[in-house]
Amino acid sequence: MSGVLVVLEQRGGTWNRMSFEALAAGQQLAAKLGVECSAAVVGQAVQPLVAELAGKKLAKVLAVEHVLLKEYTADGYVLALEQVVKQEAPAYVVFPHTYQVRDFAPALATKFKQVLISDVIAMQDGSAGLVFVRQLLQGKLNADYKQTGEGPCFVSVQAGTFRAEAVEAGTAAAVTVTPALTAEQIRNKPGELFRESAQTVDLSAAPVIVSVGRGIGEQDNISIVEELATALGAELAASRPICDNGWLPMARQVGSSGQTVSPKLYLAVGISGAIQHLVGMKGSKAVIAINKDENAPIFEVSDYGVVGDLFEIVPALTKAVLAAKGA
Amino acid sequence: MKILVAVKQVPERDAQIRVAGDGKWIDEGDLSYTINEPDAYALEEALQLKEKNGGEVVVMCAGPDRVLSTLREALAKGADRAIHIEADDLGERDTLGVAQILADAVKEEAPDLILTGLQSDDLGLGQTGVVLAALLGIPHATIIMQVEKTEAGLTVKRELEDGWFQQVEMPLPALLTIQSGGNKLRYATLMGIKKAKTKETKTVTAAAAAGSRAITLERVYLPEKQKKTEMLTGTPAEIAAKLVEKLKFEVRVI
Ligand SMILES: Cc1cc2nc3c(=O)[nH]c(=O)nc-3n(C[C@H](O)[C@H](O)[C@H](O)COP(=O)(O)OP(=O)(O)OC[C@H]3O[C@@H](n4cnc5c(N)ncnc54)[C@H](O)[C@@H]3O)c2cc1C
Ligand SMILES: Nc1ncnc2c1ncn2[C@@H]1O[C@H](COP(=O)(O)O)[C@@H](O)[C@H]1O
Repeated sequence: MSGVLVVLEQRGGTWNRMSFEALAAGQQLAAKLGVECSAAVVGQAVQPLVAELAGKKLAKVLAVEHVLLKEYTADGYVLALEQVVKQEAPAYVVFPHTYQVRDFAPALATKFKQVLISDVIAMQDGSAGLVFVRQLLQGKLNADYKQTGEGPCFVSVQAGTFRAEAVEAGTAAAVTVTPALTAEQIRNKPGELFRESAQTVDLSAAPVIVSVGRGIGEQDNISIVEELATALGAELAASRPICDNGWLPMARQVGSSGQTVSPKLYLAVGISGAIQHLVGMKGSKAVIAINKDENAPIFEVSDYGVVGDLFEIVPALTKAVLAAKGA
Repeated sequence: MKILVAVKQVPERDAQIRVAGDGKWIDEGDLSYTINEPDAYALEEALQLKEKNGGEVVVMCAGPDRVLSTLREALAKGADRAIHIEADDLGERDTLGVAQILADAVKEEAPDLILTGLQSDDLGLGQTGVVLAALLGIPHATIIMQVEKTEAGLTVKRELEDGWFQQVEMPLPALLTIQSGGNKLRYATLMGIKKAKTKETKTVTAAAAAGSRAITLERVYLPEKQKKTEMLTGTPAEIAAKLVEKLKFEVRVI
């Protein structure tokens, strides 16, 4: 077994934006190991996407096509990719860590009695050989994981860790693979995608956002952050737990399952900085974080940081902003 | 409908984390533990399904004796029975190993539906449920916000990225991994806590860990700071004044 196989994600002929980050990761891993990198696209009629990959530095591009793969199902993808991985026998299979990959890749790895190393943020050569780095405890710690099994090593890479622009150009030959699949093998019936009632708040255009997290403690305390937002003329946003609790409407949630924002200023109050939150606000021009934990991951993406109690800092800041504006 | 809920006990969110001496895990000495957050939502979903459709809710947890407190809390909230899968060596097992001991316990119970959380707060793997379903040979769906029992099985609402959702129909038995926020969590009542004392908690011993693992955790460590964040210090008033300077002259939003 040798080589790296990257499984790219598409839906209805459109790439998932993380696909090329995984491709970059796969190419870098292959270069490190001195082996070839190939890519696979699963679906029905994926030829236009495959054509795009023909211009990348890849040994081979596999179009894994079947009418039963038109819509994503875990069963369809596991059965199809099991055949592809058996046939190609790569040493490494790399995925973007998307919601879809979370849904099927652990089951695919199980078919090979392997364990997916999920949500990887780095690959490193150390004294222990090649290790994959992933985060523990919502980003508070890093951990090195090593493949010890015999089979192919399955790895998914975290959003934003590898740069899509780093994908190397070249030429690649396309091959079509038609996996053996029957309708009875697919147990789930997927429906159409939908969104909840129209987004009532559009945070994507807001120039200034003040965002509140679980550090606020309880619903009644949100008013102190709201006052700061008003003083700054900012939109109020929140991390997921605040919206889960119904303290602020879902429409104000920032993150992978909420909105993606890129304001001039994102002021994070009592937010730890879990990756699912960070992907929604990493594009902000300036980030200020107020958090009582000096090791909170949010500081890693902040330009200015305040380690302290938000209940002391926020009211003082509101007062200072109002004074500065009044002057 | 018989529903089995896999709950995991994890360190409290605000716990001060220290790397253990051997650099392989965290120092567990003075940590306090709680139920993994999405698992609390999985339990809530199970309790509501039972209230609507009848049946039984059984909770299970693999871990050392300390996990009994989490099982007791689940019983106090309304679960009918608990299964403690005794295992002091979870650190020596990879996801396949943990899913295997859960699968052993499930086989004894033959539930119609298994619920897990979508991800644990400590390991953050997001895969134990999917692997468990694969080992049991039953269909699964992940990141589920809502579950409805139908004639043919279930209709579930899957969360996708960027505010999208999808309805999926599936047969039973099945496994779902539950996302936070789909329901409002209930609190244990005094009555519930009292009743919990009369409910059954079965202890089973986990099968010995397999000799070989597919992956191993080699080392844990504090992440290296990559970015130079300018830290502002002083009294709250001083910090506020410094922040206002930055907002005026650097960020230019006032
Ligand atoms: C599939 C999936 C999708 C998700 N989607 C999203 C999403 O779209 N958006 C999102 O935000 N999350 C999302 N999450 C959840 C995410 O993983 C985190 O759980 C969440 O972002 C944590 O929110 P938080 O930072 O507010 O809370 P916590 O992680 O609990 O952090 C609270 C912070 O407040 C600090 N604090 C406490 N008290 C004070 C005080 N008095 N003063 C100052 N600081 C204080 C603490 O030090 C801590 O850092 C998702 C998770 C999954 C698995
Ligand atoms: N030791 C355990 N005991 C019971 N359930 C577990 C255990 N470990 C993981 N789970 C379940 O699997 C889910 C996903 O965990 P993970 O794969 O670690 O992210 C958790 O939310 C639990 O529902």
